[in-house]
Amino acid sequence: MGKTLFDKVWDNHVISKIENGPDVLFIDRHFIHEVTSPVAFVGLKSRNLKVLFPDKTFATADHNTPTINQHLPIKDVLSAQQVKTLEKNCEEHGIDFWGLGHKMNGIVHVIGPENGITQPGLTIVCGDSHTSTHGAFGAIAFGIGTSEVEMVLSCQSIMQQKPKKMRITIDGKLNDFVTPKDVAIYIISQLSSSGATGYFVEYAGDVFKSMSMEGRMTVCNLSIEMGARGGMIAPDEKTFEYLKGREFSPKDKEWDNAIKNWSNLKSDSDSVFDKEISFNASDIEPMITYGTNPGMAVPISKEIPDFDNSGSEASFSKSLKYMNFKEGDVMLGKKIDYVFLGSCTNGRIEDFRSFASLIKGKRKADSIDAWLVPGSHKVLKSIKDEGILEILESSGFKLREPGCSACLAMNDDKIPAGKYAVSTTNRNFEGRQGPGARTLLASPLVAAASAITGKITDPREII
Amino acid sequence: MAYDKFNIIKSSAVPLNIDNVDTDQIIPARYLKATERKGFGDNLFRDWRYNSNNEIIKDFPLNNEDYSGRILVAGKNFGCGSSREHAVWAIYDYGFRAVVSSFFADIFKNNCLNIGVLPVQISEDFLDELFSEVERDNNSQFEINLPKQSISIISNGQSENFNISKYKKENMMNGFDDIDYLVDRKEDIITFANKIPR
Ligand code: SF4
Repeated sequence: MGKTLFDKVWDNHVISKIENGPDVLFIDRHFIHEVTSPVAFVGLKSRNLKVLFPDKTFATADHNTPTINQHLPIKDVLSAQQVKTLEKNCEEHGIDFWGLGHKMNGIVHVIGPENGITQPGLTIVCGDSHTSTHGAFGAIAFGIGTSEVEMVLSCQSIMQQKPKKMRITIDGKLNDFVTPKDVAIYIISQLSSSGATGYFVEYAGDVFKSMSMEGRMTVCNLSIEMGARGGMIAPDEKTFEYLKGREFSPKDKEWDNAIKNWSNLKSDSDSVFDKEISFNASDIEPMITYGTNPGMAVPISKEIPDFDNSGSEASFSKSLKYMNFKEGDVMLGKKIDYVFLGSCTNGRIEDFRSFASLIKGKRKADSIDAWLVPGSHKVLKSIKDEGILEILESSGFKLREPGCSACLAMNDDKIPAGKYAVSTTNRNFEGRQGPGARTLLASPLVAAASAITGKITDPREII
Repeated sequence: MAYDKFNIIKSSAVPLNIDNVDTDQIIPARYLKATERKGFGDNLFRDWRYNSNNEIIKDFPLNNEDYSGRILVAGKNFGCGSSREHAVWAIYDYGFRAVVSSFFADIFKNNCLNIGVLPVQISEDFLDELFSEVERDNNSQFEINLPKQSISIISNGQSENFNISKYKKENMMNGFDDIDYLVDRKEDIITFANKIPR
C-alpha cells in the first residue's frame, strides 16, 4: 500500500516509537513569539537546560505589539515586558530575534513562508494554533502548547500520537468573487468546528491546484477551525516558484537537490485515507459567519438557519443572543461598524491587492472604522511599492503597522462591546476581538464591499 | 513543570453545560501577558464570571455557591480554538484536576496531559447522566480512578471507562512529563539530527 503525503513527511521524522504511546518526532523549524514562550524559558532555566539547536528556532514579536507608532517604546507595561523578555531570552540562547522595527518582523505565520524558512517536507511547530498555515508548502505544521515549546527548545523534538488522515477534494472551477477564504469557511460550515478533530487534512483537487500560494496558506491556516491538527497541500511548480530566491531557501546545487526531493512529496495513488470528503467548486459562494464559531457560516445571500448541528440547541441560541441575531435573519444589508483586514489568515499581499481591487475609485462609508493591518513589514513594503497604498488612501483608508492586532485584541486594537466587525480573521469567538465584540468572518472582498456601503454587502453587487 | 501525581480523586463536580467552549472563553487573550506561570486561576472564564463592570455574574456555575469540586464537567468539543496552554494552567490553578466531556479539542487535550489535568472523555449519554446527577444533587460525589481508567457516580454506582495511552497514564500517575523523557534521550535526537541535515 502506498503512502500519503502526510505519512511520508511524518515517517521521515520519527526518531522512535513508544508502544501504546506517542511517537518521538524530530522538529525542523520552530517559531516562537512573546506570548507563549516566556514560561517555556522559565522551565528551561529551572531544569538547567539549554536550547539544543538555536539556529532552528526563529523569534518574532507580533501578538501583543501596537500597530501604530512602533518606533516608540511600547506603552502597555505588560506587553513591553513580554517583548523585552523574549528579546532577552533569545539573546541568552543565541536565537534570531526579529523584534519591532526589524525589517523581517511580522506575524509569525506570514514571515516564515515569505523568507523561505517554511519549506516542503519539513516539520514545523509554533506555540500558536494557526501554525497549520505552513502546510500550504507540503510541510507538517501544527500548533503546540507551552510545555511543548519547552520540549522543542530543549530537545528539538516532541511527543505526538500520529493523527488520522483525511483528504478533502474539491474539483471544478470557483465562481467569480469566491476566494480561498470562502472555500475554507465553506468547508468548515459543512464539517462543523469539530468535524476534523483527530485528523490531519490533505487538500486536493483542481481548486487547490490552481490556487496561489497565498490562497493555499489561507486554506491551511483555517484547518484548525474545524478541529484538524493541520492541513497540507502537495508541493508543485507554484510552490517552487514561490520559494525560489527567498532568503532562507536552498541555493544553487542545494536548490536542485531540494526540487528533486520535494517533487516526490505527494500521496501515492494507492494510498488510503481514514476519511475522504469531496465538494464541488461551483457550489461555493462568498461566505460569512453569523455565530460564535467559524462553522456557523452561510453563503452571504442566505438567511441564518433555525439550527445548526455543531452543538446543542442551547449553545446555538446562546451564540445568536451574543450576536443579537435571530433565526431567519437575512445577512445582507445588516449594518456594521468596523472592518478589519489583516491577520495570518488574510494579511498577505494578495489580500491587500484583492481588497484594493474592489475599493478602487470608491469611498469608505463614513460610518465605518476600518483597520488595515499588513501581516509583515515585507507585506507593508509591497503595499507601498505596488501603489496599493495610494489606492487605499484615496478611498479614505489608512494603513497601520504589522502585527496580529484585532485578530486577538491583546493590544489596544479592540472592537468595542456590542459593535459589529466584518473581519478577515479566523475566529468569531465571543470577545475574541475585544470584550463584547461581534465578529463576522469573511473574505477581503466581502470586507471591502462592506466597508464601502457600511453594511454587509455582496462583492458581486459592488462592481 | 512538575505537578501533583494523579491516582484516584473523589469529588463533587462543577457543571458547564455548553458546547464548543473555546480557549478564548477559558482565558481571554488580554490575560495572557504574564511572563511567569502565576495567578491564571483568577481569570478562568473571566468574561463569563464577571460582567463589563467587573461585577460577579451570580448564576454562572463557577460563581454559584451550590457547585464546588475538583472536577469540571463540560459540553462537547471543549477547549477548541487557540493553543494557549494558559487555558489549562487557569483550570489547574483554579483547583480542577480533571475535565470531563464527550469530546475534546486535540491541542487542549495534549496540553492537559502535559501539565497534570486529566481529560476524561466519555460517551454523550454518560455525560448527560453526569449533568442530570449534578442537577439532582449538587453535592453528589464522583470517583475518577486513573489506574482503572473509570469514572463513576457514587450514589448509584453507574460508571464508564475512558481511554488514555499507557505512556501518558504512567506519566500522570508519577507526575512526570515528556521533557523528562526526552532529555534522557538527547543523544539519540542529536544522532538523528546529524543523519539528515535540514
Ligand atoms: S494573526 Fe491571529 S491567529 Fe494569526 S498568529 Fe496572530 S493572533 Fe494568532
